[in-house]
Amino acid sequence: MTDQNRNVLVIGGGMSGLTAAVEAAEAGYDVFIVEKNSYLGGRVAQLNKYFPKLCPPNCGLEINFKRIKNNAQVTFYTLSEAEKISGQEGNFDVTIKINPRYINNKCTGCNKCAEVCPVERPDEFNFGMDNTKAAYIPHNQAFPFKYVIDDKYCKGPSCAKCVEACKYDAIHLDMKPETINIKVGSVILAAGWNLYDATKVDNLGFGKVQNVITNMMMERLASPNGPTNGKILRPSDGKEVKSIAFVQCAGSRDENHLPYCSYICCMASLKQATYIREQYPDSKVQIFYIDIRTPGRYEQFYWKVRDDENVVLTKGKVARITEDPETKDVIVEAEDIYGGSKLKARFDMVVLAAGMVPSTKGAKIPADISYTAEGFVVPSSLKKGIYAIGTLKSPVDVARSVQDATGAAIKSIQSMVRR
Amino acid sequence: MDKKYGVYICKGCSIGESLDIEKLTKEAAKGAKIQAELIKKHPVLCSPEGVDFIKKDIEGEGVNTIVIAACSPRVKYDVFDFPNCIVERTNIRELVAWTQPPNTEDTQLLAEDYVKMGIVKAQKGDMPEPNIEETDKTILVIGGGISGMSAALESANAGYQVILLEKTPELGGWGAKLYKQSPGEYPYEKLEEPMVFSKIKEVQSHPNIKVFTSSEIEKTEGQPGLFDVTIKRNGGTETIRVGAMVLAAGWKPYDATKLEYLGYGQFQNVITNVQMEELASKGKIIRPSDGKEAKKVAFIQCAGSRDPNHLPYCSSFCCMTSLKQAVYVREKNQDSMAYMFYKDIRTPGQYELFYKNVQNDPGVLLTKGDVTGVSDAGDGNLYVEVENTLLGEKIRVEADLVVLATGVVPATAEPQKYLDGLAAAVSKGDDAKKAYIESTPKPEFILNLTYRQGPELPSLEGAYGFADSNFICFQYETRRTGVYAAGCIRQPMDMNSSAEDAAGAALKAIQCVEHIAKGIAVHPRAWDVTFPDVFLQRCTACKRCTEECPFGAIDEDEKGIPYYKTNRCRRCGTCMGACPERIVSFKDYHVDMIGSMIKSVYVPDEEDKLRIIALACENDAYPALDTGGFNRRSYDSSIRFIPVRCLGSTNLVWVADALSRGIDGVLLLGCKYGEDYQCHFVKGSELANYRFGKVQETLDRLQLESDRVQMIQVAISEYDKLPDMINEFVEKIKAVGPNPYKGF
Repeated sequence: MTDQNRNVLVIGGGMSGLTAAVEAAEAGYDVFIVEKNSYLGGRVAQLNKYFPKLCPPNCGLEINFKRIKNNAQVTFYTLSEAEKISGQEGNFDVTIKINPRYINNKCTGCNKCAEVCPVERPDEFNFGMDNTKAAYIPHNQAFPFKYVIDDKYCKGPSCAKCVEACKYDAIHLDMKPETINIKVGSVILAAGWNLYDATKVDNLGFGKVQNVITNMMMERLASPNGPTNGKILRPSDGKEVKSIAFVQCAGSRDENHLPYCSYICCMASLKQATYIREQYPDSKVQIFYIDIRTPGRYEQFYWKVRDDENVVLTKGKVARITEDPETKDVIVEAEDIYGGSKLKARFDMVVLAAGMVPSTKGAKIPADISYTAEGFVVPSSLKKGIYAIGTLKSPVDVARSVQDATGAAIKSIQSMVRR
Repeated sequence: MDKKYGVYICKGCSIGESLDIEKLTKEAAKGAKIQAELIKKHPVLCSPEGVDFIKKDIEGEGVNTIVIAACSPRVKYDVFDFPNCIVERTNIRELVAWTQPPNTEDTQLLAEDYVKMGIVKAQKGDMPEPNIEETDKTILVIGGGISGMSAALESANAGYQVILLEKTPELGGWGAKLYKQSPGEYPYEKLEEPMVFSKIKEVQSHPNIKVFTSSEIEKTEGQPGLFDVTIKRNGGTETIRVGAMVLAAGWKPYDATKLEYLGYGQFQNVITNVQMEELASKGKIIRPSDGKEAKKVAFIQCAGSRDPNHLPYCSSFCCMTSLKQAVYVREKNQDSMAYMFYKDIRTPGQYELFYKNVQNDPGVLLTKGDVTGVSDAGDGNLYVEVENTLLGEKIRVEADLVVLATGVVPATAEPQKYLDGLAAAVSKGDDAKKAYIESTPKPEFILNLTYRQGPELPSLEGAYGFADSNFICFQYETRRTGVYAAGCIRQPMDMNSSAEDAAGAALKAIQCVEHIAKGIAVHPRAWDVTFPDVFLQRCTACKRCTEECPFGAIDEDEKGIPYYKTNRCRRCGTCMGACPERIVSFKDYHVDMIGSMIKSVYVPDEEDKLRIIALACENDAYPALDTGGFNRRSYDSSIRFIPVRCLGSTNLVWVADALSRGIDGVLLLGCKYGEDYQCHFVKGSELANYRFGKVQETLDRLQLESDRVQMIQVAISEYDKLPDMINEFVEKIKAVGPNPYKGF
């Protein structure tokens, strides 16, 4: 074990956590990442492109993974959670539970287990829009590049077809959860966010109208490793999407749902408008909004999309979304504030710009922490030596998460220096 | 290093079933001129038994140069980790077994070429050793505003010595002019005392921070770890040595006199949001014209911002600032009214809660619309004229004070504009340059670097003078190693964000001094201990390296001979690619190494057997190939991929040598370039494209078709398109016909 005073624990291996971890490690500290998923990268791994550059998130992830591969000072645990954090700045005791992957380090990524696995499971990475086998790889650029078995679906030792197929002795269906204890000098909380449950916004039809999807589902639909290999097709009948509406603030800025602004949704919808416009040159896009929020230089991206004559921005709230039972087209009823009227329009598909909910709204961090009514961490309430970053504090985009995470790395170092 | 070789071929993951491993061994040994006994096979090399198999050779035979022919180097990196050994990975899984039909002659030849190339690479490489010098770890922070003071405190609290430089006589910057600060924490209700005053005290009493006020930089020489910064202060100069710098020189409000239609400068009672802070700090809101208390205050948002004629960006914090100032108006006099005219209210994240709180005050009226003008309403009062309101009509509102929410102009904007103009003039010739210098007032520079490539951070296209990073994932990247920007000089941001941003820049600065002290590169190759080694005796002073280096790492002496400042170098190899004399080398990466790998490729005499070399960026194109391999997407078997550090390191001699040996085509796979470049070394792929433009001229002269060489921009996510791109190129080569040099 290395000197405890130079250890940093990072909870969450998404963009914020990864950044904080590699930045602290490259400054000379030993870092442990605890990630709940079977892969690192978090939400950004699910994105097709970043705004405003329209570049692929895996490009930056690849570099960060390379930084981890080349840095012995980073240790990461997937399928893991911190169960207990006690102690004080400079000397925290942390208990980490590592859930079984059922596949060990000998996995070569050859895919034989998935080929023979007889059961399917909904692919949560693609928001259930398709299935994987119970033995699966989270996605084709996953890091670590190792298969995993979903024990909720796996039939267990009675089946064991995968065990038989694996030539490398990588599969062990009897793996049990493990618990380890580590000592660290500081803790960075980067547990990220979930999408607001759009079924709660009753009038917008999600869950009832087949061709109403969320913005995160749109990312998967547009991604080359998504359920449709990047072809944007509507769920009901696989038809190409030639007319689409984006409903902004689907839950956000609404006292009945999320009273705050989710920061990313305006830019996300503008970006997704470019996905459709690029894929289908004859398509039409309409965006319903309250305010367009594109701070700083993002304004230029807004102008670029706005100047596309096939993109219409309509200031007004959407009142109701229903389905044409025959065609499965989506009927949107909304106000058009500038037009001073109500409008009713038909679209092939509708995307709800659903908001951001901190993961701590549901799963609390096992330490003494105060939260806002909406589940965000209140930074000033944190004990010395514990730092919250990224979307755990307030909704932010990737750029601001990276900025915040880099800053948290120096603060975590100060916790060690202070001792 | 006395090399003892061990070559290990893995038969797992269907490699063994796809290839004749015995023949592979024999041919690779022959082609790479190595004893066949040194090439060993194992059923599963990455298994504990396989690793032991290699370790036994290391311990027993003294093997120290290992070639592993198995899966991609991107996987099993942790398993094939043999300290103090040269380890080369050659990929015959993703690039052969998973993408080619098993047991064909072409597949076999492909694998043979990959194993040969792996061995040749190991033969040509050397163990890197870091270049370690005595360096300084002091952090210099430029700017004493909230960002600069925060950067200074963060670095100092992490145990580093800091020098904080401020141009004016006082610390504090714009933050010290504030009456109150917008709420920064839940529930976002109450205005806060400005954080700047407590920061000033902390800075002044911190044992690790030295403050230089009324000071400016006359010049910055040297390199990270060894910067010599000459400071002008108290009428004299002094030179200090520092390791890295945080650039937090701040911003200026947009010049409101340029907003004639809003009456600034014409009407005394039209003021800026900065002046409003001063008024509020003095007590009641007293308007300038007649000392009367202002009771109807109109705020005009985006005064200059989001306007193609002024600032084409959003200044981010003006909505929050005006909402805050509306609270000033309301708190100071309950009979007062605040009107706010906006395009969009931008209170992102939880700031929305503050907006809601202010909006609930019946004395604050918010109206969406475009302000078209401000006119005289008599008695010092003003009319604000607004169009496109939600009611669909033009309105006119009388106010007794108008506040313009002016935006942010970074301190870097003027120097960048001047330097961009200068560069444009220089490109037109000496006369234009002279005329520009004579006619254009020179703004105050900030860094005054003595670099050959210019005195300030290179400007970023489309950034309007902000010293921003073009990377979403790497916010503190700049093209001057060891100089990290923070605060409003980087992006428009409020006080809270500036303090956070400064912490990030401080981290990068301390990371830089730590890496430099150990002789390790900084981002993105933050593990690399190699460095460019230059055989200057053969240098012709052509200046390509000094011009092309994306990071300005190479200066010139008086004879025009390049002078490497190694600590500025990011190890992309652009200079190695640029050099026509091929005199730039890294221990584990050099022109002869890749050239020899290319030469080891077997070129069949048959005219219908094409051979194509593809040089692929290891950061994006190569992972995309791996993913294509995982997807088992097949492509033409005539192509051999060679990963390169950055396409910028591609030397034209490789292309010329390949073609002169009968290779039919050369494909270059690099990152997207242009305004939204994705190259991790900023300019690498763009420079490769530029050089490739030149090779076509050469090819034309040699009467070789220029179609034989092509560069394709490929993103890491384009693995699904890549096989088609490859096949298309092969078809194109087929159409051009076999290389006439084949068989010579």
